[in-house]
Amino acid sequence: MSDMIKGNEAIAEAAIRAGARLYAGYPITPSTEIMEYMSWRMEEVGGTFIQAESEIAGINMIIGGAACGVRSITASSGPGISLKQEGMTTLSDEQLPAVVVNTVRYGNGIGTLLSAQCDYHRETRGGGNGDYRCIVLCPDSIQEAVDLTVLAFDLAEKYRMVSVLMTEGALAQMMEPAVMPEMRETKRFPWGFDGKYTNKKIGIFERNSLTEAVELNEKYRSVKENEQRWESGYLEDAEYVFVSYGLPGRSTIGAVEELRKEGWKVGFIRPIIAWPFPEKAFMEVNPEVKGFVTVEANATGQMVEDVALTVKKILEKNVPVYCNPHVYGVPAIGSIKKDFHRLVSGEIKEVY
Amino acid sequence: MAISRKVPELIDKQNGFCPGCGHGIVTRLIGECLQELGQENNVIFGIGVGCSSLLGAVVQADRLHCSHGRVGAVATAMKRVNSDNLVIAYQGDGDAYSIGIGETTSAAYRNERFTAIIINNTNYGMTGGQMSNTTMPGQKTSTSIHGRDCSVTGMPIRFPELVATQFNPAYSARGSVHNTVNITKTKKYIKNALEAQINKEGYSVVEVLSPCPTNWGLNPVDSMERIVGELIPYFPLGEFKSREAK
Repeated sequence: MSDMIKGNEAIAEAAIRAGARLYAGYPITPSTEIMEYMSWRMEEVGGTFIQAESEIAGINMIIGGAACGVRSITASSGPGISLKQEGMTTLSDEQLPAVVVNTVRYGNGIGTLLSAQCDYHRETRGGGNGDYRCIVLCPDSIQEAVDLTVLAFDLAEKYRMVSVLMTEGALAQMMEPAVMPEMRETKRFPWGFDGKYTNKKIGIFERNSLTEAVELNEKYRSVKENEQRWESGYLEDAEYVFVSYGLPGRSTIGAVEELRKEGWKVGFIRPIIAWPFPEKAFMEVNPEVKGFVTVEANATGQMVEDVALTVKKILEKNVPVYCNPHVYGVPAIGSIKKDFHRLVSGEIKEVY
Repeated sequence: MAISRKVPELIDKQNGFCPGCGHGIVTRLIGECLQELGQENNVIFGIGVGCSSLLGAVVQADRLHCSHGRVGAVATAMKRVNSDNLVIAYQGDGDAYSIGIGETTSAAYRNERFTAIIINNTNYGMTGGQMSNTTMPGQKTSTSIHGRDCSVTGMPIRFPELVATQFNPAYSARGSVHNTVNITKTKKYIKNALEAQINKEGYSVVEVLSPCPTNWGLNPVDSMERIVGELIPYFPLGEFKSREAK
């Protein structure tokens, strides 16, 4: 039996064991324990911890570390990640890998302290200027958060992209047993700065945006082809398919299990990676499916758009797509079931 | 004995600065100092946004073109993780003192062990000469067409003095490139700053008063005279924090 550990501390320890050797950031609830943990743990393993004067400085320190070939990670929450967008588009432009943890809290502007999934659009689209995407990983348990932290680094470096570990306030603050990965041997990446100009650089005015665009599309196509990850169940005979991620996804699976026992032909898709969106999961769905339902912890429904687009692409027919946004928190199984019955009775209308 | 003066290989590339601009002189001084210190193969540049961006096309060294104003933060991490490399933050007054004043000041405050070289030409050059935090009282720019009104825009900032008096840096100085005597002095300041970094003494900063004939609307000679008559009385030259004897 593994030890109980708090979500944020589990992510921090997993990052250390995955070889992260630079943490720079600024505290914000509910992500702060990651920074606190790193402040002493980084020193123990000979890494660098910098308490930045701001969120913006924090992400720019990550840029400096990543440019030198060091595995680098920062963490924040909603409004703090807003400030980091400039740095995230810069990392993407320079093709510097890094891991950014967004411990999502509810609200626009300065937001609240409530656990939520309201940053789905921002993370999956990239909130900074330009044409870039981040790989977005969304765990539903502390064990999965640990595993995805390691994967986030591996994918960031494989594709030279930014990985966003999109957790939720509740997952950050709760405790569960989790098995930690083995400590990896750390190494500097050979493309990093060494002061000797080992890796030649194209001048800023010599870059060719047209050829870069072709390369960018090829990279993102490869990510979409190879890195979709999801959990699914009961799709073959499902009349209704729930789509939900993170803690609401975990709750939704519970609701699906109960509804199946009660005789309802329902299935579920739980994205483990939100971008690239798990389009392939939809190929397994019963062709006679009557509808898709997203369960989301936000106010307006965000992932529902990706589900509708994917249904159009994969099923090639006009299947209704519903959304049950629960605003914040983790919806209870009973609440998900109640919404489902309202949907079946025609009380809830489809969004698409 | 005659000494041949060659352009250091590190910077032997055509630059895109305007005629009469001081950036090119400072670039040359940095190249010469690195060469004389045997550090031309041991340096990383963090480059700001603005006319300083053009350095990226000149230096053949590890370099990152940073987001506007963020060099202080980027250079902080570069130096922390690559402590044996020289790290130079190369910025203009707009990048370092306006949009980046938080990052610039915080790095100095923490006494990060890199060197900041900041070109002060009292305006935003790259965007066509807008008012900056070092624009002189009454100076006309494209966003202060009647002359800078310091009662609502603040007085020009004197960063090397601020750092020297309020923080605990290793080295702080201001030079100018308006004549050969001061070019030589400025080179000495840059060398002192880099030596302070090599010895891991702490933060070092050299601000350099630099002519901007294009945006000042003056010819190069008059631009040099403006530095003497108008800028130096407000922005005194010299060392504000000299290296402690080792």
